[in-house]
Amino acid sequence: MRFEHPATFNPIDQLKVVGHPTSRIDGPKKTTGTAPYAYERHDVVANQAYGYVIGSAIGKGRIKAIDLAAASDAPGVLAIVTAENAGKLDKGERNAAPLLGGPEIAHYHQAVAVVVAETFEQARAAAQLVRIDYAKGEGKFDLAAAADGAITPKPSFGGPADTAVGEFGSAFAAAPVQLDARYTTPDQGHAMMEPHASIAAWDGDKLTVWTSNQMIAWGAGDLAKTLRIPKDKVRMVSPYIGGGFGGKLFLRADVLLAALGARAAKRPVKIALQRPLMFNNTTHRPATIQRIRIGAERDGKITAIGHESWSGNVKDGEAETAVSQTRLLYAGANRMTAMRLAALDLPEGNAMRAPGEASGMMALEIAIDELAEKLGMDPVALRIVNDTQVDPEHPERRFSQRQLVRCLSDGAARFGWSRRNAEPGKLRDGRFLVGMGVAAAFRNNLLTKSAARVRLDQQGTVTVETDMTDIGTGSYTIIAQTAAEMMGVPLEKVAVHLGDSDFPVSCGSGGQWGGNNSTAGVYAACIKLREAIAQKLGFNSAEAEFTDGLVRAGNRSVPLAQAAGRDGIVAEDAIEYGDLAKTYQQSTFGAHFVEVGVDADTAEIRVRRMLAVCAAGRILNPKAARSQVIGAMTMGVGAALMEDLVVDKRHGLFINHDLAGYEVPVHADIPHQEMIFLDETDPMSSPMKAKGVAELGICGVAAAVANAVYNATGIRVRDYPITLDKLLDKMPEVG
Amino acid sequence: MKSFSYERATSPAAAAAAGARDANTRFIAGGTNLLDLMKLEIETPTHLVDVNGLALDRIEETPEGGLRIGALVRNTDLAADARVRRDYGVLSRALLAGASGQLRNKATTAGNILQRTRCPYFYDTNLPCNKRKPGSGCAAIGGFSRQHAVIGASEACIATHPSDMAVAMRALDATVETVRPDGATRSIPIAELHRLPGDSPEIETTLASGELITAVTLPKPVGGTQAYRKVRDRASYAFALVSVAAIVQRDGTGSVALGGVAHKPWRVEAADAELPRGAKAVTARLFADAKPTKDNAFKLPLAERTLAAVLREARG
Amino acid sequence: MAKVSFDVNGETHQLELDTRTTLLDALREHLHLTGTKKGSDHGQCGACTVIVDGRRINSCLTLAVMHEGDEITTIEGLGTPDGMHPMQAAFVKHDGYQCGYCTPGQICSAVAVVDEVRAGIPSHVTADLTAPLRLTNAELRERMSGNICRCGAYSNIADAIGEVAGRSA
Repeated sequence: MRFEHPATFNPIDQLKVVGHPTSRIDGPKKTTGTAPYAYERHDVVANQAYGYVIGSAIGKGRIKAIDLAAASDAPGVLAIVTAENAGKLDKGERNAAPLLGGPEIAHYHQAVAVVVAETFEQARAAAQLVRIDYAKGEGKFDLAAAADGAITPKPSFGGPADTAVGEFGSAFAAAPVQLDARYTTPDQGHAMMEPHASIAAWDGDKLTVWTSNQMIAWGAGDLAKTLRIPKDKVRMVSPYIGGGFGGKLFLRADVLLAALGARAAKRPVKIALQRPLMFNNTTHRPATIQRIRIGAERDGKITAIGHESWSGNVKDGEAETAVSQTRLLYAGANRMTAMRLAALDLPEGNAMRAPGEASGMMALEIAIDELAEKLGMDPVALRIVNDTQVDPEHPERRFSQRQLVRCLSDGAARFGWSRRNAEPGKLRDGRFLVGMGVAAAFRNNLLTKSAARVRLDQQGTVTVETDMTDIGTGSYTIIAQTAAEMMGVPLEKVAVHLGDSDFPVSCGSGGQWGGNNSTAGVYAACIKLREAIAQKLGFNSAEAEFTDGLVRAGNRSVPLAQAAGRDGIVAEDAIEYGDLAKTYQQSTFGAHFVEVGVDADTAEIRVRRMLAVCAAGRILNPKAARSQVIGAMTMGVGAALMEDLVVDKRHGLFINHDLAGYEVPVHADIPHQEMIFLDETDPMSSPMKAKGVAELGICGVAAAVANAVYNATGIRVRDYPITLDKLLDKMPEVG
Repeated sequence: MKSFSYERATSPAAAAAAGARDANTRFIAGGTNLLDLMKLEIETPTHLVDVNGLALDRIEETPEGGLRIGALVRNTDLAADARVRRDYGVLSRALLAGASGQLRNKATTAGNILQRTRCPYFYDTNLPCNKRKPGSGCAAIGGFSRQHAVIGASEACIATHPSDMAVAMRALDATVETVRPDGATRSIPIAELHRLPGDSPEIETTLASGELITAVTLPKPVGGTQAYRKVRDRASYAFALVSVAAIVQRDGTGSVALGGVAHKPWRVEAADAELPRGAKAVTARLFADAKPTKDNAFKLPLAERTLAAVLREARG
Repeated sequence: MAKVSFDVNGETHQLELDTRTTLLDALREHLHLTGTKKGSDHGQCGACTVIVDGRRINSCLTLAVMHEGDEITTIEGLGTPDGMHPMQAAFVKHDGYQCGYCTPGQICSAVAVVDEVRAGIPSHVTADLTAPLRLTNAELRERMSGNICRCGAYSNIADAIGEVAGRSA
């Protein structure tokens, strides 16, 4: 099905099932420990051996020699795979650094070997016996130092490196009120709770992997490419994924090494990346240095806005697109954005929840707060004054829907924003200095092809199959709701099977595109199934109605189970998109409000209240969608206050590479969170009229926290994370 | 993790004897720190002596009116003990500020005292660390040292001791009781148990090979206002940047020990004498020879401010 | 190798294990009770939380051979999809999870937390160490802090536990 014209009334608009806050259909499995994750598939293949991964001990250089003798002789060892004996490998299209290093080392903890043994304990012990002699090379590990030599990257997923409209330089110089500030964001880790894990089994030349991956078709394709085997020889299965956040978008070392280990050991092999290896072995959100310049009239109208960003990456890696949102968020006639990419030898930087926008909004939304202060304006009012209903770089493109102003004003009313004292450092509650902060939330809505297969059987059950994944987003549930709505059956009569490369290729889970596109694909397949049923019954398909487990046309009515017959009826289709995303700018919007308390003595920062108001198209399941947003708010608090992969610039690694060293928020850090969706349907997005929401939720949160800290203390911190040591010397004297 | 043999000890003396059989034997009780390190082969015992079966899990009153805490008393039980809550609030508070509920259910009194540093360079076996591999150097010096010691460190090591509990015990003048492989027992003031790193940071305590901690004794209650204030980025389940254990009497005298600043719980008796004059005077003494790094210089004002807050609250 | 015998969810198991086997790996790899999760394997996340002799512990930081005669309850012992424990049902109702990987640990911990408060065990945020305990939202969040949820379901988890504990969180 091609989606080329704005959606009109369709079966989804009945909202009998879609749009309801249904509890997740996979909930009983997840809460009872019976949802099987990759490493736990004792059921799929017998005789599984265990792999243990060895990561490079250096950040840059080469392996001079590997001595496997002692390890090979260790108890239980079945095989050891290194680049030397793995055979010729290609590199996945979406991998920058090779997943198996050697002799050249691209980054610290790049996998250099896998030891396969009968038991986990044996594999782990034998791995310590592998002797590797390295020649340490000179690497570049310091972004600030490398930024001077940064290049202009090629246009990418995030658009061109540079954009310019009007005369930024002169307009900024002429502006009566100016802001020119630099901000930094650190490297961050996905730190999903389930480590990257895989079981691989060969059957002749056919390979099956049970893994934890957000994008099945990408993963299976890149696995085939890396192994230099035909794509149809690879099956990838990933029904449950213990968190991804972008860290499982791509083929990673666990999959490749399980496949290589299984080939060498001639047995199925299972591998989970060890937690202390994950932060340097896998990808991360790259650090940025950002410069923002904004010129405004005294009434707050922005006349010039400029945003530059520097980030680094390994060879073939891309820039962090931290200026994307600035191209679209606020009005202003004179504009410039620029991204530069420095060559670094740190681990590969890649997508993490709202890549680009999350980092960009961390800076931009502090800048707006700073500008508001210079103007003597309320920061909510300043954002409203600079709203735009068109793409500011291409004014002929309207936003399909843009309710930023309502998000801000509704949120302000609900949060009690009027009680905020604009003068910072004035509100005290016991030992805490209290402040409020606000930030806009913004994230684009992306449209991408997505296919599904639907089958009606003689029990009247509708079974959906698609390689779509559920990474905690609620895919199982919203797909079931979509199919139930389309086929006129209760939710219990829908079975959903996900995450298998034998199923039709979906959009996968990433870029907050999964919900809208995957359900639109199911919609397309259901339309086809409805037609097939109608045709089989001799109904006019335009007249056929599917309700209450029946198909009706005129005065005829047939139970679906009966219509299916013994053989059932199957239909498969995909949603594909025309130009609506080009003619309209499709984005999602929100406003974050945060109240913090800063301990007047120790400068410890604790979040006291949080509210998000979001407008993101039709909300397919308000319960699951709300969870996506509050989860993103939580990750935003982490970004604001603690998350920091610290670079040791001498040894070239993220040194705090475990969950004790890399702190993410715990229960005690997160207060009760409020979250509201505005009513919205977006007919430009798909027949579902939905958009993404999971990444919108993180965009702006950290800045709202930062602005609240400023309001509480009068101390402006422009380098994340905002930790107490950055406040302490400016805090008031202790009485 | 290297292979090891395993035995369950039947008496403290037998355990100590087993522990002294060779240098690669370790006692295991809660295991929360030892197993963590064994998985990374930072600890590589070839024999484990499980001491959990020894009847060292009681808290008893001493003839002097204090408390004798068995080495195997779990952190949860010690923190929850009514006598500790009433008379040694600083200890209960310190325990509850540490780790997580799950870890406190397993971790023991002796194990907590003996836990090893959380320095990330100690944990990464690819990098130099004199504590892990004597003579290999200290990668924390010149590296990421935000968590590290500001005082009492050496050219060989700037690691900190991560315990909260031990800081409170130091403020309380606790005594550690041990049994040696020959069956002899001794009492070691906690001040003398932990060592500064000097040029042998791998030797962390004054315990002899095979010497087993059997109990920790607290002197009779000293009253006063007792507080433990732990400062950290994350609100819970994190090690201290700085912590303050304080016992303050009505007349302003008392004792103070700091955590997160040194290779051992940090107390200077001369600094206690400054308590009536306030936090600045106390920390001036505590940090008389401080040598912070660029990353952790903030700990000096932080400790002073934290102590000031504790004293303010203690005075009501 | 060493022999050990313990009860899991009311069933006695006799195992002969490599002494290096953690309780977590014994459950997951030997008994195929994979509801208990491995997140950090170093006591840094709480995904492996199980209840041993009535107390929650991290099963990754304890050796299986050290549990001779112990009674172990895992997530599978609390309830099943068709017969959920009230805490499991409350997590479903309040959407107290997303990816589901930390969830069994959160639920085992939550069940134990309610018992710990009943038993009068204080926490870091207990204002008065000698007064009776109340399971406030702050108490609950502090006590659950050894269970990391990277999806960030904390606010919903607090609602779920609050409901089971008999007061709004």
